[in-house]
Amino acid sequence: MTLFSEAKESAFIAWTALRANKLRAGLTTLGIVIGIVSVTLMGTAITGLNDAFRKSVGNIGADTLYIQRFSWMTSETDWRLSRNRKELTLQNVRDLDRLVTLCSAVSVDSGGNGTVSFGRRQARGVYVAGNDENSLTVRGLSLSQGRWLTAGDVQSGRPVCVLGSYLADRFFPGREAVGGKVKLNDMRLEVVGVLDKQGSAFGNDLDNQIVIPITRFSQDFSRWPDLTITAKVRDLSQVDDAREELRGIMRKLRRVPPDMQDDFAINSQEAIVAFFNAVGGTIAAVGLFISGLSLFVGGIGIMNIMFVSVAERTKEIGIRKAIGAKRRTILVQFLVEAATITLGAGILGILVAWPLTLVVDKFLAASMPWWLVAVALLVSVLTGVVSGFLPAWRAARMDPVDALRAD
Amino acid sequence: MPLIQIHDLTRRYVMGTETVHALRGVTLTIERGEYIAIMGPSGSGKSTLMNLLGCLDSPTSGYYELNGVNVAHMDDNDLAEVRNREIGFVFQSFNLLPRSDSLHNVELPLIYAGIPSAERREQAVRALTNVGLGERMHHRPNELSGGQRQRVAVARALVNDPSIVLADEPTGNLDSRTGEEILGLFEALSRKGNTIIVVTHEEDVAQHARRIIRIRDGLIAADEVNPNPRAAMKFAAGGTSMVAA
Ligand SMILES: Nc1ncnc2c1ncn2[C@@H]1O[C@H](COP(=O)(O)OP(=O)(O)OP(=O)(O)O)[C@@H](O)[C@H]1O
Ligand SMILES: [Mg+2]
Repeated sequence: MTLFSEAKESAFIAWTALRANKLRAGLTTLGIVIGIVSVTLMGTAITGLNDAFRKSVGNIGADTLYIQRFSWMTSETDWRLSRNRKELTLQNVRDLDRLVTLCSAVSVDSGGNGTVSFGRRQARGVYVAGNDENSLTVRGLSLSQGRWLTAGDVQSGRPVCVLGSYLADRFFPGREAVGGKVKLNDMRLEVVGVLDKQGSAFGNDLDNQIVIPITRFSQDFSRWPDLTITAKVRDLSQVDDAREELRGIMRKLRRVPPDMQDDFAINSQEAIVAFFNAVGGTIAAVGLFISGLSLFVGGIGIMNIMFVSVAERTKEIGIRKAIGAKRRTILVQFLVEAATITLGAGILGILVAWPLTLVVDKFLAASMPWWLVAVALLVSVLTGVVSGFLPAWRAARMDPVDALRAD
Repeated sequence: MPLIQIHDLTRRYVMGTETVHALRGVTLTIERGEYIAIMGPSGSGKSTLMNLLGCLDSPTSGYYELNGVNVAHMDDNDLAEVRNREIGFVFQSFNLLPRSDSLHNVELPLIYAGIPSAERREQAVRALTNVGLGERMHHRPNELSGGQRQRVAVARALVNDPSIVLADEPTGNLDSRTGEEILGLFEALSRKGNTIIVVTHEEDVAQHARRIIRIRDGLIAADEVNPNPRAAMKFAAGGTSMVAA
């Protein structure tokens, strides 16, 4: 009961004190407002970046392993060392598919850029994927029309293709694309299927792609294609075992002597996430630190103004003490006052930051989730409590007789 | 058991190399219901004594028992509680909170005592009505005359039903007529059984009390009963007649 009525009294005092010094409180608040705005914006940028990254990474799939010549996360020296590694071969893919037990499917992937045309219409810079019959499942794609590449298509390198939804809409607007004939560079291809809309990942528009059999890809599109062997793990809990199994089989297939390192790499989403978390964590820490500095400066301003406020109200403190206010009561009173100022500033800061986030979102992924608002408000209250503590402590410890003598 | 028992109380102020002996050993017993004036020239130690009596300050040495409790060595927080419960202060310069209205000023001791708000309000209204300010509850101090302010202060001092009312020069900032009004209030309170201690250097004011203690150089020079205390003048429009109600 005592605590509650004291808290109410503190809130009342804070309110009247602030009302009596509107301009001063307003100016002091400015520092905190700027601090909260920059911290909040930094937070929105970081969460926006995180969201965008997670969406992209989601396309890779946690249950997919990528066997490639190079690791995704190599340093430059590593890369120079591994430059002379042997290419992966189609035979590797077939053998792996036959031997592996912990993966449900193994497929091959290779990519490049080409120009696709249909009659007079032309699309440049189209992503060209060389795939096999398993790629549909392993890449997690789905079809809206027709069929995927068959084993027969792949074995005999038939001139067929599957179009991304963007290309299909562009070349065959409102018409059946399956059965149509398009040209990839100089290669004539028959459309056998159309992909569902996919969106984009890592800046690649997945709808602007054309898929052809890997055999045709290496014959007519790219002589020595860099192959990626993509394997889908049967059970997510066995990703590590599957990785080891693939490693063992690959070493055997490529005849790597036991005392030599792997001459290939097994990449996965995990590695990107780990890398991103490390880099992103550093960026976030530095960003928050820098914007936290402005909050700190704002906090110093609050401390300063609270010292002034305490000095000005020495007499009032004396009166309250004479009447029976304890140290704790006075301490709480000034802490509440400081926290009220900074909470107000925090609310103002969010009101400023919110439209800014919407503007930033036009150029860069940015979002302000409710928890960020809560954190910003919490941080502003904490700033008030922390920076108000010394002044409030000084007030609480005042000697009542000395305080009463002040004027 | 007496209300206040003081034995050989001293208070020294150390200022650099110099030591000021504000009180040099005061021994005093005060019974419940007394009306006392403490007199003495400027600098004699009146305020110092009053601060000690009011538990605003702690003695350098000596014994002080208030209402059966030894308060001489209590810490800050315990003293605050004693002040809240046992003592009502009336100051020369009123010492009201400038931004709060009369009602809130009078409620303040009850807030610190943790009284629920409905009860608090009721008691504060009653205290203000008793000093004749029932109509001025929502006025702020700067909207009141000096005498009215001092009456708010008296209401605040009384609202907690304290053991002692301590007044340091309560009429010092008032003209003689309003001063008389306040003294009239004290008189009525005293008649109802309140214990009142007034610090003053005006003989006129002291003559209202029933016991006069004279201090000189930090020592009690005289402590005598006032055989015929002067009655405060009655004013038709003043608050005095309302107190008795
Ligand atoms: N905080 C203090 N520090 C140092 N000396 C003090 C302090 N307070 C009081 N004194 C000294 O103690 C002595 C007694 O002071 P006190 O205020 O009790 O006098 P007083 O009788 O109330 O005088 P007045 O009638 O002028 O109010 C004085 O010499 C004064 O200078
Ligand atoms: Mg004095």
